[in-house]
Amino acid sequence: MSETLVDIRDVVVEYPAKGFGKKPFRALKGVSLDIAAGETVGLVGESGSGKTTLGRAVLGLAPVTGGSITYDGRDLATLSKKARRGLAHEIQVVFQDPYTSLNPSMTIEQILMEPLTVRNLSVKDARARVRGLLDEVRLPSNAGERLPREFSGGQRQRVAIARALALQPKLIVCDEPVSALDLSTQARVLELFKEIQQRTGVAYLFVSHDLAVVRHLSHRVAVMYHGEIVEWGDAEQVTTRPEHPYTQRLFLAAPVPDPVLQAKRRTERHELLANQNRESTSTVAVAAV
Amino acid sequence: MIDPLAGDLTDEIQAAVTRSSRSLLRRLLKKPIAVASLSFLLFIVLIAVFGPYLAPHDPNAASAADVLGPLSATHPLGTDSAGRDVLSRLLFATRFSIAGAALALIVAALIGVTGGLIAGYYGRWFEGLSSWVVGILQALPGIVVLLAARAVLGPSLWTSMAIFGVLLSPAFYRLVYSTVTAVRDELYVDAARVSGLTDGRIISRHILTVVRGPALVQASFVAGVAISIQAGLDFLGLGDLSIPTWGSMLNEGFSNIYTDPVLMLWPSLAIGLTCVSLVLLANALRDTLEQSGRKRRRTRRDKPASIPPIEREPIVSHGGDHRFDGAEVLLAVDRLAVGYGQGDGSITTVVEDVSLTVRRGEVHGLIGESGSGKTQTAWSVLRLLPDGGRIVGGSITFEGQDLAGKTEAQMRALRGLKIGYIPQEPMSNLDASFTVGSQLVEPMRVKLKLSKSAAKARALELLRRVGIPNPERTFNAYPHEISGGMAQRVLIAGAVSCDPDLLIADEPTTALDVTVQADVLDLLRSLQSELNMGMILVTHNFGVVADLCDTVSVMRSGRIVETGPVLELFARPQHPYTQSLFDAVLDESEGSGSVAADIETADTNGALR
Repeated sequence: MSETLVDIRDVVVEYPAKGFGKKPFRALKGVSLDIAAGETVGLVGESGSGKTTLGRAVLGLAPVTGGSITYDGRDLATLSKKARRGLAHEIQVVFQDPYTSLNPSMTIEQILMEPLTVRNLSVKDARARVRGLLDEVRLPSNAGERLPREFSGGQRQRVAIARALALQPKLIVCDEPVSALDLSTQARVLELFKEIQQRTGVAYLFVSHDLAVVRHLSHRVAVMYHGEIVEWGDAEQVTTRPEHPYTQRLFLAAPVPDPVLQAKRRTERHELLANQNRESTSTVAVAAV
Repeated sequence: MIDPLAGDLTDEIQAAVTRSSRSLLRRLLKKPIAVASLSFLLFIVLIAVFGPYLAPHDPNAASAADVLGPLSATHPLGTDSAGRDVLSRLLFATRFSIAGAALALIVAALIGVTGGLIAGYYGRWFEGLSSWVVGILQALPGIVVLLAARAVLGPSLWTSMAIFGVLLSPAFYRLVYSTVTAVRDELYVDAARVSGLTDGRIISRHILTVVRGPALVQASFVAGVAISIQAGLDFLGLGDLSIPTWGSMLNEGFSNIYTDPVLMLWPSLAIGLTCVSLVLLANALRDTLEQSGRKRRRTRRDKPASIPPIEREPIVSHGGDHRFDGAEVLLAVDRLAVGYGQGDGSITTVVEDVSLTVRRGEVHGLIGESGSGKTQTAWSVLRLLPDGGRIVGGSITFEGQDLAGKTEAQMRALRGLKIGYIPQEPMSNLDASFTVGSQLVEPMRVKLKLSKSAAKARALELLRRVGIPNPERTFNAYPHEISGGMAQRVLIAGAVSCDPDLLIADEPTTALDVTVQADVLDLLRSLQSELNMGMILVTHNFGVVADLCDTVSVMRSGRIVETGPVLELFARPQHPYTQSLFDAVLDESEGSGSVAADIETADTNGALR
């Protein structure tokens, strides 16, 4: 196994509740995970499971109130704002919504130059870098002069990926980067992610609600449920032979695009739900005894 | 090492950002009202700056010989009751009045914008404190504070205007605060943070550009208020009598209104025209900003973007499923075309030549990517196309009647009773101000003419039927108190409440979690077979089609490219577009494998090269 890039240990994230004396909302309840260099870790879960919060905690955008996130020997959770900024070129992000993640009043070139301003490049070098980036994400080189609204969702997401690549990071947190895209666009953007990883060796923390997407891209997968990781391991195993009851439910809930297989899966799901119900009632009964 | 050119890059970007403000000015100058008011204000400012140098006399030089003198060569606008030259006084008064108003404006803007930025961007304790202070400031009666300040500090134009500036600052604070809180959580601001930009740079690049427009509009209004209040104070004789202002000239004219009414004219004109110009300018500014802002917004209910024309090609049609052959045809759509009227009178077609039939008991899936016209087709069956959209060709026959030719009243009678509808976003389709129960009961009372108690009993029964664990509680709950999955069940209950023959479901599970989606699909399946309804299911998910549909039509660019029984079409897709969609579906078996495997293949590739 390659060296560990990020080591997440027992991370707790709490959002203060509005009003005095109210308990803060605990979005993450002690989550542990590690990401190796050049690896894709898939983070799958449903809305409210805390998967996005974990991504934001790694990015320094969520208040970490417990545990540690070690990157390169330093704990990101306790780093000062300034020191955190110094790490910006190592950890980058691609957000879900390509419509709000690009400032609508800035041209593509301005957007891509933004991260470069912290690099102290000359205008000429920055321009050249922007052209290189557009090429890397397969956008035409004249795209720089145009505004985000002139592009489709898939193209905007390519711009967002180019922005993340601008500083040649070691890790990119991808927060549902293909959920807002059409099926065929989604497949192409996923291929782009794969290709970039093979070329640059960047690691991904890939957050998604879609087990199929995570399976397609990840080496290891963590399944989140109610602020905790319930299953964590090799992608192949987690996404095809899940062990935790919740992952099993999640796995069988996704419909397969084949009427015959789907009918079979539906029956399996009903059987699983019946079994799990029976077990939980019996555990309750045992607990009551 | 620091590159000496680094500053240039930042400047470059900054210049590009200001380019957008230049285009705002250009658009503003296309409005005649804006041009007129801007030119008048420019004229006033020029007078304020250069007027005193043009003044023929000392504005305070009294002359007993010239009291209330007429217009003459030495005194072009005559003299006042102390024999002072009116023109000179007017020129000086413009300088002091404008300077006083400007002082108030600058103080208000400095405090308000800075406070609003800090409170909006950082929040925390400052947010609470500042909103208290602003609340107190707004509660204070301005004129009383100014009178008190005059009593304590003496009559000074500058002091009173500075204090008034503080009193006006909430106008800026509230505006900037609300604008900033709206932008603060935008993803592009997060992205800038992740890029390592300092807060200062994020504020100047992403936040100030958004605040700038509304703040300009506000400044124009505030300047008008400052000018009139300042004139009011001086008119009441509460100002500094040693300097001429529009207000003190008005006071002077008013006391001589019977002897020399023209004295009133000049300061009134100056005050009136300046205030009117400021307000008109503010309005024009706001209109211009709104026009540019509107373009960005896009909601689902918007007209669809025009689609590239696509050559007419034969529709691939599969046979082989005879399960519904004997069943009654519920809905027959024949060569339907839907178009949107454009500004120039032409029509953009978004759906063309769409034909499909739905028989009793059959679930017909419409699948396609965004912009394929699948939702437009569903909406035209309901005759609920967004503004500007209409059926421009073909027919929709439902139980023997042509829906395309029905009046709105006839359609209303059919919707709900004969044709049910399940929307995509469950939350936005429930009215937040009514309980779930009342939203279920009302349609049944109108459509089925049920009594209140009978309708309630049926609503509870329906809620139980759609799998809601505690129907009573959900019945009395408000939409925000239930989850998205529950809300969708409620809407499904509503859609089937009047026993429709046809159900139209527009991406009914897209907004839901996967496990909830599976439950809702189960529910739809069992309801559909129990009530023997026909159903049109709009979706972009092949899995959902495989799960629920009997027949499927694949749409692209407003046309059906392939149609047939689900089993047959999924097994042997014929059309290249359908095949490409199936290829894009992520394969269950395929995965990335371990890192080690990847590195191995990369190494072999490298070795081969």
